[in-house]
Amino acid sequence: MIWGVLQFPGSCDERDALHACTLASGEARLIWHEERDLGGVDGVVVPGGFSYGDYLRAGAIARFSPAMEAVAALAAAGGPVLGICNGFQVLCEAGLLPGALLLNESMRFVCRQVDLLGAGSSSPFLVGIEPGERLSIPAKHGEGRYYAPEETLDEIEGNGQVAFRYSPGQNPNGSVRDIAGVTNEAGNVLGLMPHPEHAVDPLTDSTDGLRIFEAMGRFAR
Amino acid sequence: MAKARVLIRPKEGILDPQGKAVERALPALGFEGIGHVHVGRMVELEAESPERLGELCEKLLANPLIEDYEIQTL
Repeated sequence: MIWGVLQFPGSCDERDALHACTLASGEARLIWHEERDLGGVDGVVVPGGFSYGDYLRAGAIARFSPAMEAVAALAAAGGPVLGICNGFQVLCEAGLLPGALLLNESMRFVCRQVDLLGAGSSSPFLVGIEPGERLSIPAKHGEGRYYAPEETLDEIEGNGQVAFRYSPGQNPNGSVRDIAGVTNEAGNVLGLMPHPEHAVDPLTDSTDGLRIFEAMGRFAR
Repeated sequence: MAKARVLIRPKEGILDPQGKAVERALPALGFEGIGHVHVGRMVELEAESPERLGELCEKLLANPLIEDYEIQTL
């Protein structure tokens, strides 16, 4: 399993993502956003940060990067794609995931450890993460309020596309239905606002984030 | 080149915390009787093919899921 981690101008979490992928499955490499060819990687992480300065809307410009066309092709072929924070915003803007991420309800940037609960997603991506299982993961974002129209929410809940919810009372941004992460209908594209790549080493206390990278590694194999 | 202005605003019914914050600040500044404040964006541009501005709005300038847009040719 070889992971590729995209790097846009303004990305800032790509090194931690690279580290997490390496810990979970052995090999990972950075892919500059101007690359049209992903170089044969088996899965891709679209990392956090502030791609293109978050101008216009977070993720709106990054989605037009050459590398994103290759990511869309990989996703269409069933390859695993994980978008974290800004990466989640990019995947929503690109239409690879349902919904959008809006300015936090508080209008403040939040940076805190949150508990995520496995939402019973049917995604093969998350096999081994049980419904209601608690993962302690840091969240840090200004535009993380998940939104989708009611009928879309009912549809994605019905399809088992909600991957994670914030534990009751811990929703840091006003996301509808406490949604912290969703998948596409096929389940091979996952986006989430909190940062599992920052929770992989005992140095930073929780190592729960590694569970997500390990699950993705199992899926890709 | 045709000059145009694109107004982009949050869709009706979607929580707009910027608008709310502005609205809440008004009474303290002595502005009474102002409500339903919404904050959006304005993009000014010059286009060789103004007939394609709708497509530009749909694909980039606005996110039609969360925003409405209005194109004014000047």
